[in-house]
Amino acid sequence: MERMNVNPTRMMLTSLKGKLKTATRGHKLMKDKRDQLMKEFLDLARENGRLRKEVEEKLQGVYDSFRLASAVMSREVMNESLMYPKQGVELSVRTKNIMSVDVPEFDFKTTAKDPSDIYAYGMAGTSGELDKAISDMSEIFPLLLELAAKEKETQLLAAELEKTRRRVNALEYVMIPRLEVTIKYIQMKLDENERGNQTRLMKVKDMMLEEAIEKKIAEDEAAIREYNKVS
Amino acid sequence: MYKIGIIGDRESVSGFKAVGIDVFTCDSGEAASKALRDMADDGYAIIYITEDLSEKIEDDIDKYKDVMLPAVIPIPGKGGPSGNGLRNVSKAVERAVGSDILFGGGK
Repeated sequence: MERMNVNPTRMMLTSLKGKLKTATRGHKLMKDKRDQLMKEFLDLARENGRLRKEVEEKLQGVYDSFRLASAVMSREVMNESLMYPKQGVELSVRTKNIMSVDVPEFDFKTTAKDPSDIYAYGMAGTSGELDKAISDMSEIFPLLLELAAKEKETQLLAAELEKTRRRVNALEYVMIPRLEVTIKYIQMKLDENERGNQTRLMKVKDMMLEEAIEKKIAEDEAAIREYNKVS
Repeated sequence: MYKIGIIGDRESVSGFKAVGIDVFTCDSGEAASKALRDMADDGYAIIYITEDLSEKIEDDIDKYKDVMLPAVIPIPGKGGPSGNGLRNVSKAVERAVGSDILFGGGK
């Protein structure tokens, strides 16, 4: 891991150490979030797959009913019967928060006055098969809505999970090692400077001592010469 | 108030009208992608689309994957499930986990 390009100063060291602390903490939090998201997501995806299979199966039944109905009725009559539906759907969307991901929750209200009376045509001219097809359809309708909500939830959670996973990896394998390397580099550089300073001081001290000693020797010699002259 | 719509070929989707779903019949991919765009702008919260059409306009559908609304949901058409819908779920798993560990690669 290459280090960051920074000046090796004490101030930078402090700020990097702070950053490392934040990154480590963030990494731990992200990891926890990822684990929890993963748990939620896997349950959800499994549920989604199950629901989808169920819907697909039931939808086949509905298509069969309609095919049967269209076999016994003329195309025109059938189109006409379906043209003005009695039942409308009002969909309201609330948001639910799962691990900081906003997912929609669908709530529907049908506008038909009587839920058993959704047939928008008279008895004459249409067949019983069409009635059956339509009642089948209205039966699986709530399932279809549930599938929509689940599937959207799965997709949104998948996106969030991918993001979180990337962040965890980026922190773990890029940010934190780089910070550590840089901190080590600065520390070594600072230590090196410290040692350099120490040596310099010792050297200066040596030089000063030597000077003082030489001065002392010179004074002593002068004193001895003075003494010899007098005696 | 939001609406629910469905995109597909006439034979598959006409029945959905009876329960109050708005039906848009499209046969080509271009028409479907235009319908999808119009519906997304027009307050549809759930848009069902038949699997064979959804395969054709996958790129357009992917655009709505990361936003909350609308939910674009592929459902099997009259020809029966092609497995594309389930493949979508397994793709989501793959995206989240890194590999599909639930559905065995969408088969």
